[in-house]
Amino acid sequence: MKTGQVRDKREKSEAQLFFNRTGIMTNPNMSAELIRGAKKTIPSSSGSGKEATASRAEYSIKELPIGSSPIIVINGENASQDELSANADRISVLLDKLGERLAFERQGTRLYEAFLQKLETAPAEHVNGPSSEDLRHICNEELEHFKLLQKAITEIGGDATIQTPSADIAGVLSHGVLQIVSDPRTTIPQTLQAMLTAELTDNDGWQMLKELAGKLEYSDLEKECEKAFQEEQEHLEKVRQWLSEMTLTEAVGEKDSLRSESEDSGPENGGRETHKHKRSHISHSSKGKKRRKK
Amino acid sequence: MSLDLIKEKGIPLEKQKFDWHDIVRVPTSKLDDDAFTRVRIILMNGIESEAVRFQHACARMNKEFQLALAKVRRIEQHQQTTVNWLLPADLSPLETTIGFEQVAIEVTASVAIHEPNEYLAQVYRFGLLEDFDHLYRFSALMDRVMGADSNNILQSYSDILPGRPTALEHRAPEDDLRECYDRTKANPISKLNAVTIMGGEHQTHDYYMTIGPMFSDPIARQLYAEIASIEEQHVTQYESIIDPDETWLEKWLMHEATEVYNYYSCLTYETNPRVKEIWQRFLDFELGHLHHVLEIFRRFEKRDPAELLPESLPDPIEYKSHRDFVRKVLSEEVDFRAQGKKISNRDETSVSRRYREQMNSKGSPSESIAHGFRWRPGTELAEETPDIRKLAKRVA
Repeated sequence: MKTGQVRDKREKSEAQLFFNRTGIMTNPNMSAELIRGAKKTIPSSSGSGKEATASRAEYSIKELPIGSSPIIVINGENASQDELSANADRISVLLDKLGERLAFERQGTRLYEAFLQKLETAPAEHVNGPSSEDLRHICNEELEHFKLLQKAITEIGGDATIQTPSADIAGVLSHGVLQIVSDPRTTIPQTLQAMLTAELTDNDGWQMLKELAGKLEYSDLEKECEKAFQEEQEHLEKVRQWLSEMTLTEAVGEKDSLRSESEDSGPENGGRETHKHKRSHISHSSKGKKRRKK
Repeated sequence: MSLDLIKEKGIPLEKQKFDWHDIVRVPTSKLDDDAFTRVRIILMNGIESEAVRFQHACARMNKEFQLALAKVRRIEQHQQTTVNWLLPADLSPLETTIGFEQVAIEVTASVAIHEPNEYLAQVYRFGLLEDFDHLYRFSALMDRVMGADSNNILQSYSDILPGRPTALEHRAPEDDLRECYDRTKANPISKLNAVTIMGGEHQTHDYYMTIGPMFSDPIARQLYAEIASIEEQHVTQYESIIDPDETWLEKWLMHEATEVYNYYSCLTYETNPRVKEIWQRFLDFELGHLHHVLEIFRRFEKRDPAELLPESLPDPIEYKSHRDFVRKVLSEEVDFRAQGKKISNRDETSVSRRYREQMNSKGSPSESIAHGFRWRPGTELAEETPDIRKLAKRVA
């Protein structure tokens, strides 16, 4: 027999627990008291919080950044030391940004691996979402991009294992993406939302890298960046489309979602136009739902 | 129903088994679970953490108990992991902080209300008003730096108002020590209360010390440094109310009884069936630990441990909003200060004043972050929408 077992009216089934309690309207009486208390209490000091700015500024020391830029590793195969010294600043910027993309693509590979696992173990079949094959294809391209960057950094004379300041920033930025993708509780559309953030960043990253390589006259690298950029654009479009279609299906059902698609698929409608239309459809539909509830 | 600690044997140690899947469960939901489920998880993590901490200290001073302690401690550590891992990954460190302060307010309020020793009740009320202010400062940080509303976590159970201003809480060590209860005369509930609040506060301190450096904003880093310092003062205060003349085995026994009492309290109030099942199981585990220690106690101390324990467990800690009680304490005691071991509305001592002036000499983070801060639904950036206006009028 279980000790001290307590059964009372407070006990609920797990299904009854599933409602969002974070809003002010969840507990109206308690919330009314809370609001009343806050309204009639005077803050402990006057001001607006702007006073903290000066205090923050004290910690902003130019000489102590988040980290130092990467330097060139001198070896026999590099250009002459004089030549490298003359271009040190320019190359350092390039190595920093190459390091950023390298870190991003390496993490991107792991993100898609995790996404693939999630998709393959997802309890429901996902209409309009990615297939395993789709994700595997993108994952392989992310890995190829990583390897491309590893090679490029080494050829320029950098250390491909270094964590550059921009790579560090990118890692902190994508921490949230990783948290969402790794969480078994998140759905396929929620995971796609995280991947969309990653792909948008990645697209701009490759475009900038391509321009930088061009300006610094690394023409082979520029071409490789252009190819990677094209592939990343394809990733972005796919992720954007899956997310949009799955969200639409979630809101209005598969049938309506397909109807909307056929209405949109006139020859004059390009991909972007279709998405714009779908977004307004979602908004209209959710308004309708609210009305029905009332 | 209440619980007879001597008759109820729980599950014996050798049958208390775990596996990794059992330890790492599906976590609770930040959005859907009741705030008090989170409060209980955070407190019980603190209680288990205190169990492990105490048992290590005891082992370092008592060779003859080392194996018995190691056996129980392994289980306590796994219990702590099981409980703490119920917190979900989307609960950020600052959101968890809001949860910690809600624990410090609501659990301390319940303890203060039920504490039979008036001096100890005063000590709890004194600490309560300081943690109450921490919640207000962290809410300002959450609003002004993260752009989020702390009431998403609090679910309207706790007020978000200034308490005894954190900037004024910095005291010299001489004013942080309190009188202890007398181990031979104290009501058992006083002993259980003291270990509970000490454990909760110690974990709060350790948590802030762990996560403080994870923030990038300098004011957030300063605020955690400042409030962690107060939590250290609170640990100093609460550990000093426990009679240091208790023997090591007496202390171990009371720690186990405290764990039983707390799991029993959680079980009484829990609404989430998955979490409730854990409280039930760990209540049975803790009864097993208690009887393990009872046996050692009889063998080594040659006296009846029943004289230390309550015949039946006292009323459980109340997991509910204590808004009215907290507001009353706030209006009557916010200006109270400590003078040595006394707490009254007299001025603080010169040694504390000097210490405080030194600490705040280059500004106060808790003041900087909350200048003019008044909590409102949806953050101070939000407009008052008609539904909120209607809600406010409900009482006014």
